[in-house]
Amino acid sequence: MNKILKYSLYDLIRSRWMFFYFGFFLLFTLGLFWLSPDLSKVAISMMNIILILVPLIATMFGLMYFYNSREFTELLLAQPIPRRHIFLGQYLGVAGSLSFSFLLGMGLPFLFHGLFTSAELPLFLTLLVSGVLLSFIFSGISFYIALKNDNRIRGFSLAILVWLMLAVAYDGFFLLLLSYFKDYPLEKPALALSIFNPIDLSRILILLKLDIAALMGFTGAVFKKFMGSQIGMLIAFIALLFWMLLPVLGIRRASSKKDF
Amino acid sequence: MIAIERLHKQFGKNKVLKNLSLSFEQKGTISAILGPNGSGKTTLIKSILGMVLPSQGNIHLFGKNIRGQWQYRDHISYLPQIARFPENLKTAELIAMIKDLRQRPAREEELIRLFDLQAHLQKPLAYLSGGTRQKVNLVLAFMYDNPIYILDEPTAGLDPLAIIRLKELLQEEKQKDKIILLTTHIMSLVDEIADEVVFLLDGHIHFRGSLSDLKSTYSGQAVEQAIANLLRQEQHNRQTSTRLP
Amino acid sequence: MKKWLFFWMLTQLAQITRATLIEVCPDCNYCTPGEGILSAEAGDTVLIRQSHYYETNILIDKPLTVIGENYPVIDGQMLDHIITVTADSVVLQGLQIQNVGTSFIEDRAAIRVEKAKYFQILDNKIFHTFFAIYLAHARHGIVRSNTVIGQAVDEMTSANAIHAWYCQHLEVSYNEVARHRDGIYFEFVDHSRIFENNSHHNIRYGLHFMFSNNDEYYDNTFRNNGAGVAVMFSKTIQMRNNLFIDNWGRSAYGLLLKEINDADIVHNIFQRNTLAIFVEGSNRITYKENDFIRNGWAVKMHGGATQNHFSHNNFFQNTFDLTTETNGIDNSYNDNYWSEYTGYDLDRDGRGDVPFRPIKLFSYIVNQTPEAIVLLRSPFVGLLNFSEKASPIFTPTNILDESPFMKPIPWNQSPTHDSH
Repeated sequence: MNKILKYSLYDLIRSRWMFFYFGFFLLFTLGLFWLSPDLSKVAISMMNIILILVPLIATMFGLMYFYNSREFTELLLAQPIPRRHIFLGQYLGVAGSLSFSFLLGMGLPFLFHGLFTSAELPLFLTLLVSGVLLSFIFSGISFYIALKNDNRIRGFSLAILVWLMLAVAYDGFFLLLLSYFKDYPLEKPALALSIFNPIDLSRILILLKLDIAALMGFTGAVFKKFMGSQIGMLIAFIALLFWMLLPVLGIRRASSKKDF
Repeated sequence: MIAIERLHKQFGKNKVLKNLSLSFEQKGTISAILGPNGSGKTTLIKSILGMVLPSQGNIHLFGKNIRGQWQYRDHISYLPQIARFPENLKTAELIAMIKDLRQRPAREEELIRLFDLQAHLQKPLAYLSGGTRQKVNLVLAFMYDNPIYILDEPTAGLDPLAIIRLKELLQEEKQKDKIILLTTHIMSLVDEIADEVVFLLDGHIHFRGSLSDLKSTYSGQAVEQAIANLLRQEQHNRQTSTRLP
Repeated sequence: MKKWLFFWMLTQLAQITRATLIEVCPDCNYCTPGEGILSAEAGDTVLIRQSHYYETNILIDKPLTVIGENYPVIDGQMLDHIITVTADSVVLQGLQIQNVGTSFIEDRAAIRVEKAKYFQILDNKIFHTFFAIYLAHARHGIVRSNTVIGQAVDEMTSANAIHAWYCQHLEVSYNEVARHRDGIYFEFVDHSRIFENNSHHNIRYGLHFMFSNNDEYYDNTFRNNGAGVAVMFSKTIQMRNNLFIDNWGRSAYGLLLKEINDADIVHNIFQRNTLAIFVEGSNRITYKENDFIRNGWAVKMHGGATQNHFSHNNFFQNTFDLTTETNGIDNSYNDNYWSEYTGYDLDRDGRGDVPFRPIKLFSYIVNQTPEAIVLLRSPFVGLLNFSEKASPIFTPTNILDESPFMKPIPWNQSPTHDSH
């Protein structure tokens, strides 16, 4: 697996898409700093990019890479290595190089702006960690979808649907549900619903650093416990790790059953 | 060496291989697997390589069932039909990668010279022409000394000189007592190098035998003619059988 | 005001000229502060040498200057009042007074000033007391540079650090007050000034006004209190140059205004409070050149507030800039900077060409369904807010800033300290 990972990284790091992706984040972040010296304003804009674009790009790129390397994958399948190593290696290659481009593209402008001496360091680290986790989760989901669908059009449509669901529609249903049952105690359901969506989880992870003052205004005891201590941070982080593991298990299962 | 027993494979409702039993035991033999499009050639090959998982039936290599195994692939050299590689790797890196995966001595340098690839070693694979990529493909397939060679359309995109070199290479391997399976659409190639023909039709083995058997059974001077007669006859049979009831 | 200061200095001077010095130490003629004070005559100075004295119920009923050397400790052993001042012109300086127990019957204090004038309580350390400094019917006094730190656990069993009741013309300045119920408490206190204090970690309020008029507070820091400052049922209070920071929690405000009329709130910084300013039933209030930085809610208007005018304030990255439940009368929000504003300025006059609506749909939703706060900053909520902004349905259409600034507004550096 390490060898497959190594060579996919060799391949991907030199891909123009990765340069493009890196360049996008670099210019975007520099642009934000140029438009506003206010760190927390920059953070909010970056948060939106991380919550919407990072999952979308990771999904699309994962699918593209998978479908484009089909023939090469066949060559690898004929080599004396277990299947799961091939797909996990490729997946880690994609997720790793996406994360690398993202980290470098967003991280370098921070360094230029002396972030590591700033009080906002924890907030920006949370942003970077969320971006990396979402890159891993969504490229994993895209690999799983691609493994399950040989038809590219179908694969892409499905992936966009999943992204749309998790990035936007889910919160719509969520809000509808909360408003509908507003006369009931909703603290636990609200937290539980957040856990079932990795984008919501990342958002909450960032909120705990960005908007803690507002979150603390809530009266409920469960929220208070969740938001007011490190427990919330820890739970959200662990749940995200689970989300990272899920597609990996899916990839293992799907690849062991698939015909090429 | 290769024993296929009652192999069934279906993709959804589409039955591609139907109760197919076949074995390749004779060393130093080149077997051409022929058949019209969709007859199951590639599925058969991929089943042997473990890329396609049988719906029913077993495949044994060197006396061992290959289900769930991967180590046996170290003894097979495979040439895939389409030569497409990671775009941003260089030719040399690709070869190094396969060597890295197999961890065995290989004779890639000799083959690189044979196919005149020295100038392309440091180029990214995306910049190579289709024919050159196929040559790289051949290097990857032939650089290991394995008892079994499985070649899917080996001549695709090759220039005449390279085809001659390929034929020499195949003869050379045959002399070394290898089992060589190949699929091709070039019937003259079959005439020239194959020892026997396995003809698949609708997931069955329609014919298996030596070239001379084939030619005499279907009264053809060359393989091409014999196959054409075979197909014509089959078409006729089918039409009459559908008219009968 | 200058007149009485001058007069007071004259009387001080007169007293010093005929004063005797009385020393208190375990080996002196007078072994305890109480003995020394009892024997002193009006105008004398009592010097208390460094030691640990256990004493309660010390009464100062004549003009005296009591000075501690290297902070001698007067320990009440959780029993009773420690010092009570009933005479004018008393100075208490450099003492460490500690351990006054909780009482539910009487207002026990470390220092209690009753019906006295021209007192000065300077540079004392007061630890672990019920009330620390208790001023009742006192006038023209100074409480300056004291450090008052309690051990309050809950509102019921704790009391205020500096407590003033029916007082006038007080100066409370340069004190550090922490871990009491209220840091500074004014009830029926008029014409007084509170400045340069650092009030933090108090259970209820950092500073609390009740029924007090014509007072001002400036250059104070209120950090991490239950709520920063509560101003209730009072008139003409000036609030300038204060820092309200990190007041977190449910019903945690930077500043609470309840039934306040005619106040000016200028040049204050509100940072990371759950609710920076909560306004309830307050009228004719000017909010000018304040910075609201990353608060949960910058301003929440509640019930019958009229003529609250916000202008030239900077709103930086507050989770919600403004919420109101009712449509107030004659309140205005023009000419502010809102970091959330995304309009354009084609005529380059520094003002946005389209109005800014400071009330988001989502704040309305959170009011209805508080748990929805977990959806804060969700892209979906962003879409909702956006469409609501384009065509308001749920949020009031008449609350807007007609001419929002494009860039943060620098404060007008006019002198904010009046000379008295």
